[in-house]
Amino acid sequence: MTPVLEISDLSIGYGWDESSALIAVRDVSLVVEAGEVLGIAGESGCGKSTLAMAATGLLEPPGRVLGGRIDYEGVDITSLSAEALREMRLKDISIVFQASMNALNPVMRIRAQFDDALRAHGVRSESERGRMAEEAFELVRVPPRFLEAYPHQLSGGMRQRALIALAIVMRPNLLVLDEPTTALDVVVQRSIIQSLSQLRRELGFAIVFITHDLSLLMEMADRVAIMYAGGIVEQGPARELYRSAGHPYTRALLTAFPPIEGERRRQDGLPGRPPDMRELPPGCPFAPRCPEVMDQCRTVTPPSVWRTEAHRVVCHLETNATHAEEEVAP
Amino acid sequence: MLEIRALTKRYSIGRGTRRKYVEALTEVDLSVERGEVLALVGESGSGKTTLARTITALEQRTSGEIVVDGELLPVRARGRRLRHHRHSVQMIFQDPYASLDPLHSIGSTVGRPLRSFDIVPGDQVQAAVEALLDEVGLGPASEFLKRYPHELSGGQRQRVGIARALAARPKLIIADEPTSMLDVSIRLTILNLLLDLQRAQGLSMIFITHDLASAHYMSDRIAIMYAGRIQEIGPTTDVMGNPRHPYTQLLREAAPDPSREIDEIDHFEDRGDPPDLAALPNGCAFADRCTFVKDECRQALPDLVEVASNHHVRCILYV
Repeated sequence: MTPVLEISDLSIGYGWDESSALIAVRDVSLVVEAGEVLGIAGESGCGKSTLAMAATGLLEPPGRVLGGRIDYEGVDITSLSAEALREMRLKDISIVFQASMNALNPVMRIRAQFDDALRAHGVRSESERGRMAEEAFELVRVPPRFLEAYPHQLSGGMRQRALIALAIVMRPNLLVLDEPTTALDVVVQRSIIQSLSQLRRELGFAIVFITHDLSLLMEMADRVAIMYAGGIVEQGPARELYRSAGHPYTRALLTAFPPIEGERRRQDGLPGRPPDMRELPPGCPFAPRCPEVMDQCRTVTPPSVWRTEAHRVVCHLETNATHAEEEVAP
Repeated sequence: MLEIRALTKRYSIGRGTRRKYVEALTEVDLSVERGEVLALVGESGSGKTTLARTITALEQRTSGEIVVDGELLPVRARGRRLRHHRHSVQMIFQDPYASLDPLHSIGSTVGRPLRSFDIVPGDQVQAAVEALLDEVGLGPASEFLKRYPHELSGGQRQRVGIARALAARPKLIIADEPTSMLDVSIRLTILNLLLDLQRAQGLSMIFITHDLASAHYMSDRIAIMYAGRIQEIGPTTDVMGNPRHPYTQLLREAAPDPSREIDEIDHFEDRGDPPDLAALPNGCAFADRCTFVKDECRQALPDLVEVASNHHVRCILYV
């Protein structure tokens, strides 16, 4: 079966010519199978949002694809026209942004915004458009009467639900969520995450879920990819990464959130800060902060090692040690 | 060190006949001991930031008492009295990008409280600033003195914010979500810095957060706020290990937990949004979202009752 999304050796830069471009995403390869949740975790500036923009065909100059492909159901979307991309969005791929609380038009009733989107995608019958909007609202558990409301009349959580409703109104096969719950309270966040998880089981779409909160991602995702300085440093099944993370950065992210109960115990933080993408160090970009750094890390680019069929780690430690010794529970 | 009694803060919104009152804080009683860290946990609109702003006299309280180290803060503190209060109570703000003056060098920002509160003689200010910068991990200090906020990362800026708060030699520090705008991988280093300084100097601290995990990491006691009132307060390990109030239990269950899969808690019903403070229901403000709700909950609000040693809960289940 063709994956919903297949990204191969993708590099993206910002800049008007190739030589001076700032490389925001480098040599990223990812596969999203139908109906699965792929989580992408990383800190600000690691390239995760750039990747999301490219995967939904929203990358705009000065951002540009420098190499590689993004195949949606076998079609390379990096070669599609703006017109073709516009047609795909909402119908095949939808995205819900981080700051999407403010993504609705404040002076239009929500129903009119659904109506516009559906009309642009060729749904001719007005009653059909109304029915689709109402059904989408029911799916995200917002009473359809709120379609008559203006965005400011909705709470933050409801606005976010309304946007998810808009994103799934045409039943796309892929939903990209870029920090969809970051600005929300924990309880509201939890209920939205639960709804999303249920919806994808009912409707069968795949999700790419992007966040800096690895603990949330571990619950939500089937597979997880960890990004650092524009590249993927580790990817694999969520449970496997949680039990035996291979990359020191993954381990640091897992302990970055202290436990919620039990004995209070000091944990060491990760020293330093994410690198400046304009002057990445040679070798492994994580080397300056890595608690397990070795000489070769500072000069030689680390290899990509497959631990198991689905679990890949980009780190010199993988070639130097056997995995039995490597198993470190977070 | 800090004693708060029946603290209430009311805002008015609208004009004329449409004027309404919003009670952001209702009769809050709270104390912080010398050398103690108290975590204040709640969702947005729970009143936790309003509490911080009234304690630091950035906002006037409507009624109630605020006593710092035995001294009552007047409702309309001005001039000398206000300066004296700010000398004792310092705040670390959430947004390290907005809370530093972009036109002032780091040296000037950290040096200002030293001068303004006459903490060291003028000719020793620079040395004192350097010592403070070293203390918060901004070394070598001579390099940072002349820099401006835009030249620093978020984590470094927050360290400047901490140095500025420490410069006043306060007795009480209020840290309002000090890490929520920082990158995940550096949050823990900032929390550790705060803990180290607090312990080394025997400071009292109120740590405000919506994140139960960092509250657990930082505090000796936790207070859970909802709709302007304290709903549960007690020793951290006790409150987190055995939360009694249904709201604390809800927060606890909603918090991300990487050790479980989402299906394990799939029946987390949609528990709605926090209430509108301008139209609070009678009785318990949490009643509409509570799974244990009874008729009595909507009639009167119970007082805080002690359920274990130093552990108090405001809920009809324990009356």
